[in-house]
Amino acid sequence: MSTFKKLTQKRLFLPIFSMILVMLINVVYDIACGNAPLSFFMITIKNGVLYGRLIDVLNRGSEIAILAIGMTLVVSASAGTDISVGSVMSLYAGVCCMLLAGYGEVNVSTYAHPLLVGIGVGLLVTCICGLFNGFLVAYLNIQPMVATLILWSAGRAIGLLLCNSQIVYVRVPSFQVIGSYVGFMPTPIIVAAVCIAVASLVLRFTALGTYIQSVGINKRASRIAGFNSAKIILLCYVICGLCAGLAGMVATSRIYSADTNNIGLNMELDAILAVALGGNSLGGGKFNLAGSIIGAYTIQAITTTLYALGVSSAQAPVFKAIVVILIVVIQAEPAKDFFKKLTSKKAAKGVTQA
Amino acid sequence: MTGFSPSFYGIRTHSYKMKGGVVLEGNVVLKMQGICMTFPGVKALENAGLTLKKGEIRALMGENGAGKSTLIKCLTGVNKFEAGEIYLDGCNGPVVNKDTMDAQKKGISTVYQEVNLCPNLSVAENLYIGREPLTKMGTVNRKVMVKQAAALMKELELDVDVTRNLEDYSLALQQMIAIARAVDMDSKVLILDEPTSSLDDREVEKLFTMMRNLKAKGVGIIFVTHFLEQVYAVCDGITVLRNGHLVGEYDIEDLPRVKLVAAMMGKDFDDLASIKKEGGGDKRKEPMVIEAKGLSHAGTIKPFDLDIHKGEVIGLTGLLGSGRSELARAIYGADRAQTGTLKVKGQEVKIKNPIDAMKLGMGLLPDDRKAEGIIADLSIRENIILAVQAKMGIMKKIPMAKQCEIADKYIDLLQIKCASRETLIKQLSGGNQQKVILARWLATNPDFLILDEPTRGIDIGTKTEIQKLVLKLADEGKSLIFISSEIEEMLRTCNRMAVLRDGQKVGEIEEHDMNQMNVMKAIAGGEH
Repeated sequence: MSTFKKLTQKRLFLPIFSMILVMLINVVYDIACGNAPLSFFMITIKNGVLYGRLIDVLNRGSEIAILAIGMTLVVSASAGTDISVGSVMSLYAGVCCMLLAGYGEVNVSTYAHPLLVGIGVGLLVTCICGLFNGFLVAYLNIQPMVATLILWSAGRAIGLLLCNSQIVYVRVPSFQVIGSYVGFMPTPIIVAAVCIAVASLVLRFTALGTYIQSVGINKRASRIAGFNSAKIILLCYVICGLCAGLAGMVATSRIYSADTNNIGLNMELDAILAVALGGNSLGGGKFNLAGSIIGAYTIQAITTTLYALGVSSAQAPVFKAIVVILIVVIQAEPAKDFFKKLTSKKAAKGVTQA
Repeated sequence: MTGFSPSFYGIRTHSYKMKGGVVLEGNVVLKMQGICMTFPGVKALENAGLTLKKGEIRALMGENGAGKSTLIKCLTGVNKFEAGEIYLDGCNGPVVNKDTMDAQKKGISTVYQEVNLCPNLSVAENLYIGREPLTKMGTVNRKVMVKQAAALMKELELDVDVTRNLEDYSLALQQMIAIARAVDMDSKVLILDEPTSSLDDREVEKLFTMMRNLKAKGVGIIFVTHFLEQVYAVCDGITVLRNGHLVGEYDIEDLPRVKLVAAMMGKDFDDLASIKKEGGGDKRKEPMVIEAKGLSHAGTIKPFDLDIHKGEVIGLTGLLGSGRSELARAIYGADRAQTGTLKVKGQEVKIKNPIDAMKLGMGLLPDDRKAEGIIADLSIRENIILAVQAKMGIMKKIPMAKQCEIADKYIDLLQIKCASRETLIKQLSGGNQQKVILARWLATNPDFLILDEPTRGIDIGTKTEIQKLVLKLADEGKSLIFISSEIEEMLRTCNRMAVLRDGQKVGEIEEHDMNQMNVMKAIAGGEH
């Protein structure tokens, strides 16, 4: 009991619990359908690449996971959310494909510019987007939601303009690799893993984490203690912009085209949700990156599960909403207090009976 | 009220008897007596009171935490008081207001420091929000509204175009428009809660003209302020509170400045025991650490000069809002100085941000511990290493073992009472939180440390420890600025004191002249 209690008090308990819950639904479904009970976790090799529902979750969840990294930092430092990330992903697609295909081209099978130029300039543009957002929030004290609303609406439109209002296809294998497979491994999983690893290492070996949390908890006190609060907030938004670019890179290569109307659509909401599911307060301050990452994959697991259950893509959001409500309610403070009371009552009863 | 009573200066506090409970005697419009109220764990008011006459401007004075705002809030119905009565001219029996709307209906209006109006609406609209003149159709009659508003402005001698947006006017005018709105609602009692703290001299004068006009119309005004000059410029009477008690109610001519300061601080001239620190030689011969010339920050501190030598403790004294914190903040770069030059150890420097000052070996323990000191959700360890980390830069993270070592060292040195170094700082008591912030600065090994109210709100034991620490640091050759509301503390620790009044450094007191009498006289200033 006491070890269980200790376990429940760990910060990551609820995010992991939610994740396991979603997986359990899969197991129950599989048993009900007469499949192997653990078919969700089964990984096989089909056509020379990894295959399985778990792989699918990891693969499709890459974009959300990458976005969640940047979003976690932004939420922590500025107590607000960057709602422009989905649009910025789309802007990346526009910039990158326009450069690779050449302006006005719709369907190409050779590069107009080298691949690295396309990706590099694309990521640079998204970093500038982050810089713009960060400047508005940190130096002009505009509310994060309002400040990022500008690029939320403009980013996608600029991307569309760059593509001459068309869907630009880049049918070159080396471009598609980022969205498909390297050997047997889905490349998006590798990209996400690298991003997560780099972020963890930076947080571990520099004082960035302390800086961000300190600024997020008390901006004025942090300034007096010698932190340049505005600069830290700006930096978080730039990182968030870069993450949006990387997520855009994966999403664009996946469909080897700049479908600016659809890339990253509503993705910002998934990213924010991932942060919240990870047990992070949207009010800023302390953050837990691992929680956000788990949250991101939980969201994807829900989606994949729903498709596996045969829920049509039109109805899926309804069921997704129900699951999300459940998870968020479990993590809410009043609910936590309620459960605490419940367990303490039980404990008290046990004592009196003894 | 030890050693001090209202009759101390031979002043009789007026007593008014109730006559039928309807009309108060002696032209009195408001009488509050025996008001008691407790916040959880704290006795905020005990036997506090206030008497206001028709056509009188009465200053409500007291140091921070004396209970001024609490008393006002009891009157306007924001706070519920437990004992005591409020009598209001024209109301039967004791009055208890449920909320501010209720108070407003009874003729009590309040204007706060921040203007609570809508900047994007016109002046006329602001004046008549919620009580717009209507047409027969039930829509707002703008013509009548504008006409009435213009008439009101003219009556109060305000030069305002009522159709323009409120935000087009200066803060002072906005404040006056807020007052006009309050007055137009048939106020008998007008409460001005620190209306001048964001106004400049000229604007203050305008506000005073308006207050005098209202006074002539028979409105009773309660004026809450920290500025002594302003009290003597415009008020007829003074009510002094201290620690939730009513110290006394005086006519202005009966309470010269020195006595007012004494009444507010609770010091009696009879028991002015002069406590002298053991002289440590003339520190003036030591090299100069800080040399400020003409530093200023608009709106908070007027240009000042200040020299600080190695190993010297300089006390900054003055009432709250006199600019003592602001002076220190201008040196440290917490509020960026806009004029003047600053030399640190003989080198002229430009300080834009606190980090610049820190790199020159400075540190600032801010007076508002909660807002500017602690990072509530971080542990004691993280709070202590914060400033050291900031000095090292973001790329050089202090290794965990080193962090623990620093934290343990200062927890031990300052005897911080806590379960472990990983305890969150918000779970500590005020005194221990203060020690953690102190540790944060000591860990950076500063040459020059500013302590702004380091002993406020902490127990006697810790206070003594901090004072001893200040002397020890000075012995080690560090220079300090020490700011405190408690004069004894400063007499015990400081080598020299700088006196501030109304945002200006008005003089310095040398060590041999330092005693409570001189300090209080200097704080009060003026010819009284």
